[in-house]
Amino acid sequence: MPSDAVLETIGLGVRYGETRVIEDISLRIPERRVVAFIGPSGCGKSTLLRCFNRLNDLVPEARLTGQVLFRGRDLYGPAVDPADVRRSIGMVFQRPNPFPKSIFENIAFGLRINGFKDDIRDRVEVSLRAASLWDEVSHRLDADALGLSNGQQQRLCIARALAVEPEVLLMDEPASALDPIATGRIEDLIGSLRGDYTIVIVTNNMRQAARISDDTAFLYMGELVEYKETQRLFTNPEDRRTEDYITGRMG
Amino acid sequence: MSRPDGRLRPHGRLRAGRSRWGERLIGALLFGCGAVSILTTVGIVVVLLTQSLGFFTEVSPLEFLAGTRWSPDPAPRSFGILPLLNGTLLVAGGAALVALPAGLATAIYLSEYASRQTKRIVKPALEILAGIPTVVYGYFAVVFVTPILRAVFPGAGVFSAASAAVVVGIMILPMVSSLSGDALSAVPRSLREAAYGLGATRLEVSTRVVVPAGLPGIAASFILAISRAVAETMVVALAAGATPRMTLDVFESVQTMTAYVVQASLGDAPSGTIGYRALFAVGLVLFFITLALNLVSQRMAARFRESHT
Repeated sequence: MPSDAVLETIGLGVRYGETRVIEDISLRIPERRVVAFIGPSGCGKSTLLRCFNRLNDLVPEARLTGQVLFRGRDLYGPAVDPADVRRSIGMVFQRPNPFPKSIFENIAFGLRINGFKDDIRDRVEVSLRAASLWDEVSHRLDADALGLSNGQQQRLCIARALAVEPEVLLMDEPASALDPIATGRIEDLIGSLRGDYTIVIVTNNMRQAARISDDTAFLYMGELVEYKETQRLFTNPEDRRTEDYITGRMG
Repeated sequence: MSRPDGRLRPHGRLRAGRSRWGERLIGALLFGCGAVSILTTVGIVVVLLTQSLGFFTEVSPLEFLAGTRWSPDPAPRSFGILPLLNGTLLVAGGAALVALPAGLATAIYLSEYASRQTKRIVKPALEILAGIPTVVYGYFAVVFVTPILRAVFPGAGVFSAASAAVVVGIMILPMVSSLSGDALSAVPRSLREAAYGLGATRLEVSTRVVVPAGLPGIAASFILAISRAVAETMVVALAAGATPRMTLDVFESVQTMTAYVVQASLGDAPSGTIGYRALFAVGLVLFFITLALNLVSQRMAARFRESHT
């Protein structure tokens, strides 16, 4: 695993009120790699993901301990504006959540709030092409985004996230609400972004993790059990719990 | 049912010819309760229509709806409703100017900014505001708001549309903030997360995503609140005066439709006279205005619910 980490957690823990969701997690996300978080439901993988763009800030009872570093800088430091963090670290959610606006406006929104001054039309096209959606929507950019299929909506959300040129893309089970064909297209899309972006993806689908990721972290009950190159994790798990999970005996 | 071997077994329960009388009785009772309010509404409409019919045999609908002088008692009589409509619109419009921006701002604050503790205090406080009897608001207008207005604007009268408008505005503010707040809360969290995830600030999320998404619901709350302002009686009867007048000057005394109904009902107009019947014609107009506003509001709220399911 290359050592130049974009994101790093040191002894990271999160509680929601009295409930401990993740505890003492230390890991490094290397630059331009696709890292998958796997583990049974409730293991804390989405919570961990949401620490990277401070989205847990929106949950009033969430309490964070430990550190998250973004290129060596404390993401939760006193001088850090969470909005700035989220401009550099984009996110795609479990269910497609386009704004109830036109396809064009969905992408233009992020550009406008980021003070993007150049040709917005041009950037919209580039983003839609990057998300392999352009050919399907180029003739109806003014149509309501909610009229797209689920899979198209999710690719629109990816285009929306890419439009503001984030350094890191966080994906929280981006295909779990999609049918197999739409899922395949999202996976192809992640493949095409691989190498350009640092991507952290949470997935419930182990075969998906095996297909698309360079490195995989297995979380169990809020704890980081094993984290290594994907191929090694799946062929040669060291921990008994990892083995049980990937062979389907648990989870 | 436990068996000797302690296991559960499927058990057929279908029996023929059994009707549940209790259920039917409850159904009938509940229907009766609902019917009371429907019948009351029907009764009101029938009375308004029949009495108004008597009025319109003496005063032509055109004269009534287009006339600019309302003078029911001293001869020469004149029954043009426009001055009353003028008074109503002046007060309701002024109230809307006070309540809609402040109510929406309150709703945005409570739904997007306030901490849980703040909400726990502010929300019940607003509900108390909504529970104050309107006659108290009326006296509040007369003894508190009017003197301030007269001190600031020397031209303001003892009775003025402005005083009533400000107080009616304060009165309907909790309604706007609570119904708009419901509309904002109904906007899915996922949309907020999408916007925050792109680096939007709280203000950008509120004004560019949450408010636009909740707009039909907000509009519905606005219209309902205006309808409430149009129908408000006590405050305007006490603070706005009893001078039917065509004016846009908010510091003058005016008379609203509701205030006329109060004045006439208090015995100024003996039963059977034309002044008495005019009461019902005014009531009918008032009824149709609020009905129309409420229907529009309902349709918008329904559209809003559709777009979020």
